[in-house]
Amino acid sequence: MNDPGLPMTDIHSSTVERVREITVNGRTSRTAAPTLGDLIVEQGFGDGRVATAVNGEFVAERARGATELRDGDSVEILSIRQGG
Amino acid sequence: MNQTEPIRPSPRVPAPQPLAFYGETVASRLLLGTALYPSPHVMSEAVRASGAGIVTVSLRREQARGRTGQRFLDLIRALSVRLLPNTAGCRTAREAVTTAEMARELLDTDWIKLEVIANDDTLQPDVFGLAEAAEELVKRGFKVFPYMTEDLSLADRLIGAGCRVLMPWGSPIGTGRGLANPQALKTLRAYHPDVPIVIDAGIGAPSHAAQALEMGCDAVLLNTAVARAQDPVRMAAAFATAIEAGRSAYEAGLIQPSDRAQPSTPVAGTPFFDLDPKGPGSEPL
Repeated sequence: MNDPGLPMTDIHSSTVERVREITVNGRTSRTAAPTLGDLIVEQGFGDGRVATAVNGEFVAERARGATELRDGDSVEILSIRQGG
Repeated sequence: MNQTEPIRPSPRVPAPQPLAFYGETVASRLLLGTALYPSPHVMSEAVRASGAGIVTVSLRREQARGRTGQRFLDLIRALSVRLLPNTAGCRTAREAVTTAEMARELLDTDWIKLEVIANDDTLQPDVFGLAEAAEELVKRGFKVFPYMTEDLSLADRLIGAGCRVLMPWGSPIGTGRGLANPQALKTLRAYHPDVPIVIDAGIGAPSHAAQALEMGCDAVLLNTAVARAQDPVRMAAAFATAIEAGRSAYEAGLIQPSDRAQPSTPVAGTPFFDLDPKGPGSEPL
């Protein structure tokens, strides 16, 4: 979490808040969310049922809080749609 | 005769056999897709008219602060049908396995319609990726409905992996061309009489569906032929009738085609039978 050289929004804060550049559903996104669980809340996915994957691997709902995000991560957030 | 007993047309006709997928009996032999309808209302009405007990859905990217998925799920849950999520659009076994895991969590089902697509123009299943994904998914506890070509060796491999349903294409998805290779489907049926076969893709007309059921396929999965019809609700009902007719015909036992004509009216007692057609009495009047 405290790697030097990575961008920080507030280097004086006791809890260092890093901004990460990740991809969410194919779009580049800058986020301060340290975990996938935080990202879901931050980006407003918390209300509906969604399923998640990071870098092509499924992340179960119960594991989102413990899944730390890193620069360059690719996150997929999916829900149910029409299909054949 | 006991009045409560159903009347059977002939003692040689077997009682209709219920269809079951992975031990779960299903009432209808029509499975319906939920895409491409002119409106959500028409989709709902078409599902009702079809009598389908199982409908397919997909997983797609949700928008931030969006509730599109939730709204669709609420709509479809009101239909009281079993949901069969698919892995449509996946091009590798890995993508398909991840999508299946996501579907299982979203819908709380271990059923998955497994699609691994090889080619944009034909939407042909990637048979190698399909087999690889099926093996992995079965290990992870999924009940796999593989969208496959009609190839017997592939069927053997999928069954060996633990698939207990086969879903060969009739013809490429959305083409409406019907059963392109009925002989291979007959072979699949003959080699695997106890594994449900669902024709998935390519059905364009109720007659195609009836043909599939007449030759002993167990069910049909449709989408475009209903959703893109001028009147999807009426077409859904038309397919339901055709599928019921096709199944009844299979259970009733079709006659074998013959190269030679055979009179249906009895020959015995035919008048003028003993007259020489070239002899007296044959002249024009």
